[in-house]
Amino acid sequence: MKEYLEGSQAIAKVVALCRPGVISAYPITPQTHIVEGLAQLVADGELKVEFVNVESEHSAASCCLGALATGVRAYTSTSSQGLLLMAEVIFNIAGLRLPLVLTCANRAVSAPINIWNDHQDSVTVRDSGWIQFYAESIQEAADLHIQGYRLSEDKRVLLPVMINIDGYILTHGYEVVDIPAQELVDKFLPPYQLERKLDPTHPLTLGVLAGPDYYMETRFAIEKTMEDVLSIIPEISNEFHRTFGRNTGGLIEKYCLEDAQRVIVAMGSVCGTIKETIDEIREKGEKVGLLKIITYRPLPQEEIYQALKKVKEIAVLEKAISLGGFGPLYTEIKSLFQGKGENPKISGFIVGLGGRDITKNSIKTVFDKLSGKQTDCEFIDLKNVEIR
Amino acid sequence: MYKPLLSPGHTACGGCGQALAARLVVDIAGPNVIVVNNTGCLEVFSTGYPDSSWEVPFIHSLFENAGAVASGVESALKYLKKEDQINVIAQAGDGGTADIGLQALSGMWERGHNVLSICYDNEAYMNTGIQRSGLTPLDTNTTTSPVGKFSSGNIRPKKNMIEIASAHGISYVASATVGFPRDLQRKIKKALSLKGPKFLHIHCPCPLGWRHEPNLTLEVAKLAVETGLFPLVEFEFGKLINVYKLKEHKPVEEYLKLQGRFKHLLSPEAKAELARVQEIADGNIERYGLLVK
Amino acid sequence: MIIHLTAKPGSARNNKTGSWRIEKKPKFLQKNCVACKNCLIICPEGCITGEEKNTFNCDYDFCKGCGLCAVICPKQDIIMVSEE
Repeated sequence: MKEYLEGSQAIAKVVALCRPGVISAYPITPQTHIVEGLAQLVADGELKVEFVNVESEHSAASCCLGALATGVRAYTSTSSQGLLLMAEVIFNIAGLRLPLVLTCANRAVSAPINIWNDHQDSVTVRDSGWIQFYAESIQEAADLHIQGYRLSEDKRVLLPVMINIDGYILTHGYEVVDIPAQELVDKFLPPYQLERKLDPTHPLTLGVLAGPDYYMETRFAIEKTMEDVLSIIPEISNEFHRTFGRNTGGLIEKYCLEDAQRVIVAMGSVCGTIKETIDEIREKGEKVGLLKIITYRPLPQEEIYQALKKVKEIAVLEKAISLGGFGPLYTEIKSLFQGKGENPKISGFIVGLGGRDITKNSIKTVFDKLSGKQTDCEFIDLKNVEIR
Repeated sequence: MYKPLLSPGHTACGGCGQALAARLVVDIAGPNVIVVNNTGCLEVFSTGYPDSSWEVPFIHSLFENAGAVASGVESALKYLKKEDQINVIAQAGDGGTADIGLQALSGMWERGHNVLSICYDNEAYMNTGIQRSGLTPLDTNTTTSPVGKFSSGNIRPKKNMIEIASAHGISYVASATVGFPRDLQRKIKKALSLKGPKFLHIHCPCPLGWRHEPNLTLEVAKLAVETGLFPLVEFEFGKLINVYKLKEHKPVEEYLKLQGRFKHLLSPEAKAELARVQEIADGNIERYGLLVK
Repeated sequence: MIIHLTAKPGSARNNKTGSWRIEKKPKFLQKNCVACKNCLIICPEGCITGEEKNTFNCDYDFCKGCGLCAVICPKQDIIMVSEE
């Protein structure tokens, strides 16, 4: 059913449709509306779930971990400092191969404290063994949750999934969203089942101590699974398309790429602004395009390479930075071309940190700069503040 | 034939008080239990892959989150409508309980989850090499509170975990010791018969860290009680309902002299420090009315 | 690829810790035993078994020789003897 909804409300509704048994969360701006929405559904009797109001994000993730290990589907949501407080559990959940779905309402990381959007929080935990999706719109964010559960719980996968949605822009923005019917979601997402769980009739020890003889293979297994996930994601998004009649999700999205000479690579809601800007620039006859990365982990290297290999000038636009080491996505995109023959000019741009507006002018500036001198890590829209 | 639910083959040191306590706990809890364990000696010596000593379902996640993981396990059991059939035990050492894990425990107690939390208190971070914790007693010689020219060991007395737990108003809080194993098992049984959060604080000598002979584990544990340094008390809903009474008031030296970690307190120069330790024991005796009058 | 590092219940019995004993081991005399079960209860390894009087013994595959059973026996029916 199509409804005019705030992003957080849409996500709360869709999470409820996925029938979690345990929801545990701790409030942090701008994630709050999502869990408030779920709490209200529970209070109104529309959602039968154990709703656990914990005392920290560390415990929210841990509570979900316990529920998943006991054989019950779980959900949590967080942001920024909350995700970093969870970081230890984030790694642990992936290592235990437990299929959690988490919404990260992307927000800048303190200090200075800042509640507005960038991607520094989720990008910082990119090495944790989680699958990471970045949504451009509220509809895409909602759909990715349904696909996320299906993917995460797939017996070939058993890895947690983080759905990243831009704080405020998507969490507090309004959009007409198609919220699917329960029957369709039930058809697409089978009930949660975990073979190796905490069960007194089949007692097992989970979370063992693994010495040098065993640890490395567990990491290898996750890395191998990540490779498999690259083919499982399109499979699932295709099935989602067939079931719900909507083509969302997947690894990457190409926008005006066919003949593009200058291309921006980006993730998340900024892709909407980039698309509009491209439309305007194209009217003037300039061949510009966008490569939107939906799946950041695992990084769809081959798809990205194939999409970009004919492009002469590439800009990687990022809302995160590895301080002292450029933008993380820039570094990765650049490495894809190493030793492959093509030698496009690839530049890295840092935009929108701490919620700095990214306007069409910002995007135009990036396209302009692309034709200039190659740059590794240029900040766009910096102000002339006096720094003492 | 007796088949313990914590099997032999674990790699605890000889005479380990915690290995003994953990087996006493799980044996009396029985097979319909899920054990959640913080990081620490117990988890390390009982779950070195590919082996496990646990005959019951067991999960270890991190150092400080047993309270939260157990909350999730218990919530899942509720969702599955199995909460009346399966007990949940969240356990940790003294560091995992009184220091790094206290927040998650407090959260679990406050929310009222039907979980028994257990602290295996060997009074320091033994797994990492005898560093002091919030439950290390006054004047204990540890590797991070060493005795030296300007130090007589740990500078503060033990945190009162029993009363911190009890202040949550939970159904049952008690202290126990491997020195009195049958009393310990009675308390586990009682705790598991009650709904809601319960906390059991178990004193477990560590021959390696306390520096006593392995065959003295029980004697040392008993003396901790008999000197008043580790009082055995029981609280229900915040109210003191029972204490283990002492027939005589043994001086703390009797307890201290068996352990290398307190050796420095027995020299003539340490009289004042020794008196401070005695004061703690006297304080416990008065606070809980431990002496038979 | 999924590697489950889940351990089977009681699999630690593969680990024969009896080899740790260096000097002494308990000897169950089985003469004056009153089946109080104190030794069984307090063994940190859980490797003592027995039901009736004078039937208690330990599994030397696992006994680490800590000596707690000998200390707790009220009848001095368990003694520590040198390893051969």
